Amino acid sequence: MKRRVPIFLTAFVGIIYVVQFFVPHRPFSGMQDLLNDWVQIIAAFAIWLGVLNLMKVSGDHVYRRASGWPLSAVIIVSFLATSVVGFFFSGGERFQDPGTPFDWIYNSIYNPLSSTMFAMLAFYVASASYRAFRARNREATLLLLAGFLVMLGRVPVGDQLTRFLPEGYRLSNLADWIMNVPNKAGQRAIMIGIALGTVSTSLRLILGIEKGHLGGES
Amino acid sequence: MMNLIGIWIAALLTLGILSFLYKDNPIYKFCEALFVGVSAGYWFVSLFWQNIWPKLVLNLHAAALKLLAGGGVDSRWFYLISGVLGVMMLMRLLPKGGWISRWPLAFIVGSTAGLYFITYLQSNAISQIHDTLVPLVTAGNGRFLWIPLPFNIDWDAFFVFVGTFTGLIYFFFSIEHTKLAGKTARVGTFFLMVTFGASFGYTVMSRMSLLIGRFDFLFRDWLHLTH
Amino acid sequence: MTGLDRLLTLDRRWIFLLIAISVSIPLFLHAEQTITITPEVRGISDTVANLPAGSRVILACDYDPGSAAEIQPMTVTFLKQALTRHLRVIIMGLWPQGPQQADIALREALTDPRVAAVAPKYGIDYINLGFQSGNEVVIQRMGSSIPATFPRDARGRDVSNFPIMQGVKDFSAIAYVFNVSAGYPGTVEWVQFAGDRFHTRIGTGSTAVQAPQVYPYFPRQLTGVLGGMKGAAEYEEITGFEGKGTRFMLAQSCAHVVVVLFVVVGNVAFFLSRRRQRRIGGEVAGS
Repeated sequence: MKRRVPIFLTAFVGIIYVVQFFVPHRPFSGMQDLLNDWVQIIAAFAIWLGVLNLMKVSGDHVYRRASGWPLSAVIIVSFLATSVVGFFFSGGERFQDPGTPFDWIYNSIYNPLSSTMFAMLAFYVASASYRAFRARNREATLLLLAGFLVMLGRVPVGDQLTRFLPEGYRLSNLADWIMNVPNKAGQRAIMIGIALGTVSTSLRLILGIEKGHLGGES
Repeated sequence: MMNLIGIWIAALLTLGILSFLYKDNPIYKFCEALFVGVSAGYWFVSLFWQNIWPKLVLNLHAAALKLLAGGGVDSRWFYLISGVLGVMMLMRLLPKGGWISRWPLAFIVGSTAGLYFITYLQSNAISQIHDTLVPLVTAGNGRFLWIPLPFNIDWDAFFVFVGTFTGLIYFFFSIEHTKLAGKTARVGTFFLMVTFGASFGYTVMSRMSLLIGRFDFLFRDWLHLTH
Repeated sequence: MTGLDRLLTLDRRWIFLLIAISVSIPLFLHAEQTITITPEVRGISDTVANLPAGSRVILACDYDPGSAAEIQPMTVTFLKQALTRHLRVIIMGLWPQGPQQADIALREALTDPRVAAVAPKYGIDYINLGFQSGNEVVIQRMGSSIPATFPRDARGRDVSNFPIMQGVKDFSAIAYVFNVSAGYPGTVEWVQFAGDRFHTRIGTGSTAVQAPQVYPYFPRQLTGVLGGMKGAAEYEEITGFEGKGTRFMLAQSCAHVVVVLFVVVGNVAFFLSRRRQRRIGGEVAGS
């Protein structure tokens, strides 16, 4: 029950999806539509699981007065506040309408925090560029050179630096060539390799050879 | 008024996060914890109102009303199974009985495996090979540098073909990279280095853009120093 | 401590300060920037420009505020171009924040006099279907039935009540999909499912981190690629709707030059220190 049923479910659902690609008619089309709807609902519960697990871990920290427990309390309080506002004080299904309290939380709290967290990476990439990127060998030099040409070619300053060259031969054109030829070739090789690996792993999952997603015995 | 308060709160939270650049401090830790909690709440609420409510609750409600009105059993009752599977997923939180969450997990893994089996083969393998194997030499008047030729060479397509082929040889670890295979893989390495360099350049562009956006908010929307 | 030692052990907070200055100062300046248009951007602009009036297009917003600074301008410009060309825009998202970001972009687009002159109406000229969980399964389901995938719009109203959704069953009713993407799920999934499976034409506006990875799809599987803020600036330039992408190009240029200088200075310091170490090693060996 603990392992056989999930293995059977994985195989059954996987086979339906594969067969439906080749036989897009009844009954497979109807079965796949139903399974698609179910997967969407289950996926929503899966994310809920993550959220509730976070609350469980944070609650445990607060209960045990573990190191940093006030921050766990902040997590719980802010989660509860956002949820209560979103469920009960923002017009139900119209919770994202401009002017609702939930929309205010999104624009005034969530938006700036999320944006700034990612904006911080600019400082770290600059620091890493100074301290870590070294042209130690031919490959690293080629990597840095390509990086330079793309960085300068993709902004207007690149064309200004090479405006003495005829049109069509400036830094922006070189950057465009790098993106459309060697970059495309390398990305394509990586893409094909990953695709073959993904196909192989998917087949192993459907056939029940790969059972990692079921975890250990409990 | 709420808009003004909102902008001030947004600005102070922005500065709170940026304070980490000087050194780790309690203000940053508070902002980080606030972000985690508000994000969790955001996802929790969005998933309910946009997914669970219309697709599960309202469908079952409509099916129940139809049954009570004597309209018979509706096909929407099938959604009950997805609801049960969803609740099974949540049972992973329980100390005992968490194994039951493997059933809905198997559903998702199976659907993803089935979808990826076809789509990755079609879009990321066969289509890419198809787009690489294009005519490199075509009829017509062309030239190599200044030398006129009675045919056209598509040099870009040639380099893409060479780069893709040698890159794939580099990733083929079932043969030893010596002699001809080694030299081919080495050419592939150079193409991959250019690829990674281009990715590095674009990554820098991306991160700087995000920072520019934040500073623009601080100077324009908050302090009104720019227009 | 010599100057070289100071360079090698420079506190990274000085680097942070230099970056902050190089990004801030250009925001107070104004300089005309020549923006060259690449074929990838022209591909999107031309495709949208050639769609007949009344065509339905999907604007798939698959990003969150963390990436909005560089790709929100693309959303705004696409809305401006589409609405002024009398295309009917169906907004949706595979990320929950996406449709909300689209609402913010729509409010900005509607302030443009050219868009205001067209006076687009909700439910007739555009609609926001909101978010659905399930990632690529959502696209797969849309290929079978868009109304079944999104039975209600972002405000909880039945989509069958809106004129824009009349006659929309699946992707056959959609002339073009413009996907603004920050990662997974996003461009790759749209190409794999909507593009290759259901033969819909797709264009993408991607973050600069993702853009190099989608170049293999161009030009057959994708009609065009807008990569990062530069792509947004090019799109604004070619459509004539100037916005944040163009305004931020000076700051972007300065930031890139500073990073290049950092790499050069860092490497020069590294090679000088290596030469010094070899010299010291040689002197010690000699004595």
